[in-house]
Amino acid sequence: MSNQPLNRLQIAWRVAQDIRTGMLVNLGIGMPVAVADYLRPEVDVFIHSENGVVGVGPAAPADKVDTDLVDAGSRRVTLRTGASIVDSSWSFAMIRGGHIDVAVLGAFEVAANGDLANWDMRLPNKGPLVGGAMDLAACARSVWVIMEHVTRKGSPRLLEKCVLPLTAVRCVTRVYTDLAVVDVTPAGMVVREKLGDLSEAELRARTGAPLAFAQDCKPLVAPAIALPD
Amino acid sequence: MPIDKRAASAADALADVADGATVFISGFGGAGFPNVLIRALRDRGPKNLTLVVNSATHRYSCTHELIEAGLVRKVVCTAARGHSKGPSAFEKLWMEGRIELECVPQGTFSERIRAGGAGIPAFYTPVGFGTELAEGKEVRNFQGRDYVLEQAMKGDVALVRADTADRYGNLSFRYAQMNFGPVMATAANLTVAEVRAVLDEPMPHERVQLPGVYVDRVVTVAS
Repeated sequence: MSNQPLNRLQIAWRVAQDIRTGMLVNLGIGMPVAVADYLRPEVDVFIHSENGVVGVGPAAPADKVDTDLVDAGSRRVTLRTGASIVDSSWSFAMIRGGHIDVAVLGAFEVAANGDLANWDMRLPNKGPLVGGAMDLAACARSVWVIMEHVTRKGSPRLLEKCVLPLTAVRCVTRVYTDLAVVDVTPAGMVVREKLGDLSEAELRARTGAPLAFAQDCKPLVAPAIALPD
Repeated sequence: MPIDKRAASAADALADVADGATVFISGFGGAGFPNVLIRALRDRGPKNLTLVVNSATHRYSCTHELIEAGLVRKVVCTAARGHSKGPSAFEKLWMEGRIELECVPQGTFSERIRAGGAGIPAFYTPVGFGTELAEGKEVRNFQGRDYVLEQAMKGDVALVRADTADRYGNLSFRYAQMNFGPVMATAANLTVAEVRAVLDEPMPHERVQLPGVYVDRVVTVAS
């Protein structure tokens, strides 16, 4: 096992290990969608998509593409066995009503109290896009964030307080990064796993909020997974 | 005379859409866009429209053609971002201050429309609390949690896409085509559906996903 930072598919693999049979799971657009590729074979879950698909299957092969069968990221998908499709208002009633066990979401920033910023980077010349992000963040039973531990410029994404516009307050329960798995608890951020070679001080230096380390803090490991070209 | 909601053409079906109308447009992610009706509305050319649509710009939708044609005063949507590097037609007008934008979380968007069709003037939702999209809105605490008061939305016209219809306006959808279509149909004064086919016989009741009581006109379009 390597002690290199995980790549984004390895982070998705790590998230997938925590998904259990019977969960209704929503995977956000971007990195989170890859989690579906690494579910353990014995795990039987339904994947929910905001547009009303309850039981999203794998992406459609080129000869089976149907433009009416898409997920929230506009990907042409298939249905798993036992799937159903509802309209948008029912789909969001399902989200608001607390029927989604886990939402796996990308993020720009997470605060020590669980505040999430993942919808508006304040891009110049671009209109806002909120989609279903606020509904999922505010109402899924558990909100797991998947993201790089620091920005491309090296600034921490785990912060005392978010700088970017909030998606929802006090909602994130767990963060999976290339360096660590961090629980967001009422007492603040608690590191459950970290890269074996990374010291506590080194992880703190890359984090903008106070970190506690679980007594049984484990090494963060993942199999080798190559990124597509 | 027996009920028959079939219209001869998209243009006929939209002949009485007026300036200043609030227009609901269904569609999400490439499924359920009523593109034939959108183009017919563009050709008719009513001014100062308010569009209520999930995406101001989508690569599989013609919504942007209404905006490019200068027919739109305001867009209520969940996604106002274009796909290309340069600004979309919407983004250009928005940055110039020539079109109004109301950005709404998607579940609040669909529920506001649902409420409009269900006789509920406003409702409390936990979504958006503590964010800039809830600024200025009434907040109330229920059982220890904060909720934001959101107002129902009603439309003058709803344009929806379905797969099949019958003469009574009963609709059936393919896969994820449904999305916003059913709720939009319930909350508009005039609902026009474009469909791949109108059945010769009444639709079997168990196949009806939207009762025809919500649908005023049906147009058959090439699939």
